[in-house]
Amino acid sequence: MNNWPVIADIAKDVESGKVKAVDLVKEALKRIEDASEYKAVIANIKVRSLERAGYIDEQVRTGKKIGRLAGVPFIAKDNYLAFGADTTAASNILKGFDAPYQATAIEKLEAEGAILVAKANLDAFAHGSSTENSDYFTTLNPHDKTRVPGGSSGGSGAAVILGLVPFALGSDTGGSIRLPASFCGAVGMKPTYGLVSRSGVVAMASSLDCMGPLTSNVTDAGLILDVMSGRDPLDSTTIERDYISYTKLDIGLKGKIIGVIKEYMGDGLDGNIKANIQTAINNLETAGATIKEISLPSLPLALAVYYIICPAEVSSNLSRYDGQRYGYSAKDADTLDDSYELSREKGFGAEAKRRIMIGTYVLSSGYYDAYYNKAQTVRTKLINEFQAAFKEVDFLAGPTSPSTAFKIGENTSDPLKMYLTDIMTVAANLVGVPAISVPCGTSDGLPVGLQLMAPQQKDRDLLGLAKAFEDLNT
Amino acid sequence: MSSYKATIGIECHVQLKTATKLFAAVSNDARAAEPNTLISHICMGMPGSLPVLNGKVIELATKAAFALGTRPQAFSKFDRKHYFYPDLPKGYQISQFEQPIILGGHINTSVEGKPKRINLTRAHLEEDAGKSTHPEGANYSLVDLNRAGTPLIEIVSEPEMHSAAEAKAYAQELYLLMKYADVSDVDLYHGNMRFDVNVSVSKTEKLGTRTETKNLNSFRSVEKAIDYEIVRQSDLLDKGKEILQETRGWDDTKQKTYSQRSKEDSHDYRYFPDPDLPPIVIDEKFISVIENSMPQLPDELRRQFEKIGLDSSQAETLLYEPEISKFVVEISDSHGNKTAKTIANWVTGEIQHLVVDGKLDWQQVLTNSKSLVKLVSLVDGNLLSSTAAKEVLVDVLTTGSDPQAIAESKNLIQESDESALIMIIEQVISDNQKAAEDVRNGEIKVIGFLVGQVMKASQGKANPTIVQNLIKKLLGV
Repeated sequence: MNNWPVIADIAKDVESGKVKAVDLVKEALKRIEDASEYKAVIANIKVRSLERAGYIDEQVRTGKKIGRLAGVPFIAKDNYLAFGADTTAASNILKGFDAPYQATAIEKLEAEGAILVAKANLDAFAHGSSTENSDYFTTLNPHDKTRVPGGSSGGSGAAVILGLVPFALGSDTGGSIRLPASFCGAVGMKPTYGLVSRSGVVAMASSLDCMGPLTSNVTDAGLILDVMSGRDPLDSTTIERDYISYTKLDIGLKGKIIGVIKEYMGDGLDGNIKANIQTAINNLETAGATIKEISLPSLPLALAVYYIICPAEVSSNLSRYDGQRYGYSAKDADTLDDSYELSREKGFGAEAKRRIMIGTYVLSSGYYDAYYNKAQTVRTKLINEFQAAFKEVDFLAGPTSPSTAFKIGENTSDPLKMYLTDIMTVAANLVGVPAISVPCGTSDGLPVGLQLMAPQQKDRDLLGLAKAFEDLNT
Repeated sequence: MSSYKATIGIECHVQLKTATKLFAAVSNDARAAEPNTLISHICMGMPGSLPVLNGKVIELATKAAFALGTRPQAFSKFDRKHYFYPDLPKGYQISQFEQPIILGGHINTSVEGKPKRINLTRAHLEEDAGKSTHPEGANYSLVDLNRAGTPLIEIVSEPEMHSAAEAKAYAQELYLLMKYADVSDVDLYHGNMRFDVNVSVSKTEKLGTRTETKNLNSFRSVEKAIDYEIVRQSDLLDKGKEILQETRGWDDTKQKTYSQRSKEDSHDYRYFPDPDLPPIVIDEKFISVIENSMPQLPDELRRQFEKIGLDSSQAETLLYEPEISKFVVEISDSHGNKTAKTIANWVTGEIQHLVVDGKLDWQQVLTNSKSLVKLVSLVDGNLLSSTAAKEVLVDVLTTGSDPQAIAESKNLIQESDESALIMIIEQVISDNQKAAEDVRNGEIKVIGFLVGQVMKASQGKANPTIVQNLIKKLLGV
């Protein structure tokens, strides 16, 4: 259970001297230690986090202002480059990689006084929906140790629900924040594409990658997004943030139109989940929102489009891991070609190789038009359909996932089945809109996630809706 | 062999004149730097590093477009070109494939006085790779990433050249255009311009199989490599053999091209739009600001030189020194064409020789240009002979001192005072009565001898024109 106070209160207590940052960090490190059987974390950052905490306490003693996250411990998915521990992206090829610089998101959080205490497990290079593709180990679901926490930010989702830290960072390329949030019962926010800098996060698919928080409540998600977001001179795809704080979430449900996505509520959706979502929608309606069913006809193509564009970009982004400058380098290679082949053969896991192969294939001359170009065409169509839908409704709603957390090993022998886990989350990445997963009851004791989406740059409104929904349940 | 017609197209990588790299805030001047000192996480392709476009490049590409007789594209974008090589840190090069920043354009050249227009296909922006060296006998190679990410614009011509001379003229004019448009430092020695030449030969209208000889970094090697390829390919065809479509290199010591890579080994580069970089959108206002601030281009200077009365070989010599060219044009504005022409004669004659011999450099000429003008006016005003002027030239241009003072100190000022000269002339006539008599009898040529004697007697200080006139007067011819 996450029994940390809301983040703003923690920071206030540190800033006022009531609570010591050092004690918060020690507490977080102890919880991480105690929960080690869940394998949420790849590495602890003991020395640096305690140093930073001591420094912050010292600053407080001398009356200096710290910031909105003063002394708040957090965990980052291990694809964020950060000081204090290796950055591996849960891959063998980056084992032992000591980052020479930090991700912009980490820098921004640290500037407000947050303290990174550990790096969370993930599917290697964020390729997956369960953390089973981690080159190291699988993280266990906090609600049922025989089940996966979702992925790829599974370590982050588990960490928040195990209460290791008040918040964790994830990355979402096709649902990798929302799915673990849904499977673990956390709030997981994928912001508008470009709202949070990608600089210093190991790239998966550059046109889809979004960085965001996993928290135990919507208010915390708003605060973390408020700190992380904004234009970054190190990432040309970033956009200006909203001039109103993402902590101002009081939007009111009256007059808001929510479109329930028809394609997400049909066959293939678990009956219990469908009932949960329906209840959630009914509650929103009772509270004053207008509910409409809405159809996005190209949505059934989204997964196919995603599994062309994503591997295409993955195959390109993983080219740099060639064993020549950093990371794993095969020592038994006689020639340059051998060195490339052996380093990548041994350094990459099966899923990374699978995506490199698919991506290389769809970008090859002769196949480019049939696959990559066609996928981009459908992606544009999807964007147009979302834009049209958002002329009719303020928000879209549906489940985050067609199922609750599945058993460890259940899908590992069938990559296609694993890919289907992302069926309801990939569209938001292809279209670039913000999407959030908020807890929405349970099914057989396992958390269910409600997925809400809003037009691009309406992140604050989206958080506002999520907050209103959260308030209905508490 | 001579019956084959050669067809040549040229791709040239021009290094853009920026302080920092194309996508990273790291110094671009690798000339004197130790290996791998001008690098950042971006140049190294570290995980999570992202390219951010250097805005200066857009300005330089826009200038390049105008220099090449066209305008930049309002919309262009970057693509990734994939291949593995240790000096390519990301495993792909960021280039422009589908929509380059420049489409079309042309270069006007002149071969043996005949004008020829070479059309351009396109020009695109891309980042340079690092530098690999393979130490002799070692079982390793070395990579220097200082150059990785240096901004280049690759200018691609249509295959419209048919001889090495045409290709050389094209390369030289491209050099001048990039220099005058201030797009590049065009330092050939440091590889600021690298030419790839595509050559094929054929007896018919149908083009033959072409080879591409890469990385030529001098006009001479462009010319030599093309000549070599034309002969090599023609010989092969004469022997009934096939030309292989391949990439070749140029061995400057052996003056030969050699096979590097055949078409079968050619990469599938898997181009696709770089998702890390938004498209380049240039607005019309920016384009017209650059258009209105374009520096003078070579053709405009050629017209000015023609007005001054310089011949084309003088004009071409001057064009390679833009500052000197500017100076000559300024002199024509301030002192008129006659002085400007005299200056140009000096510059392209004696001064050029001194520079080539290492006795002067162009910067000294520019620094002391006022003294040079004064020196020319001393000659024009008959105070100094051309020969004497040459004698003081180096002193004048290295010290910047007053040329008259130098000439006086060396006792070189011409004697133009008639009464002083008449005394010398009378003495020479009485010493050379036979010659004087010949002149009186109409053998005018003999005057030269008498003038020479007077010059000798005056230790070279007499003004020969005045001496000649006085002799004629005294001898009544």
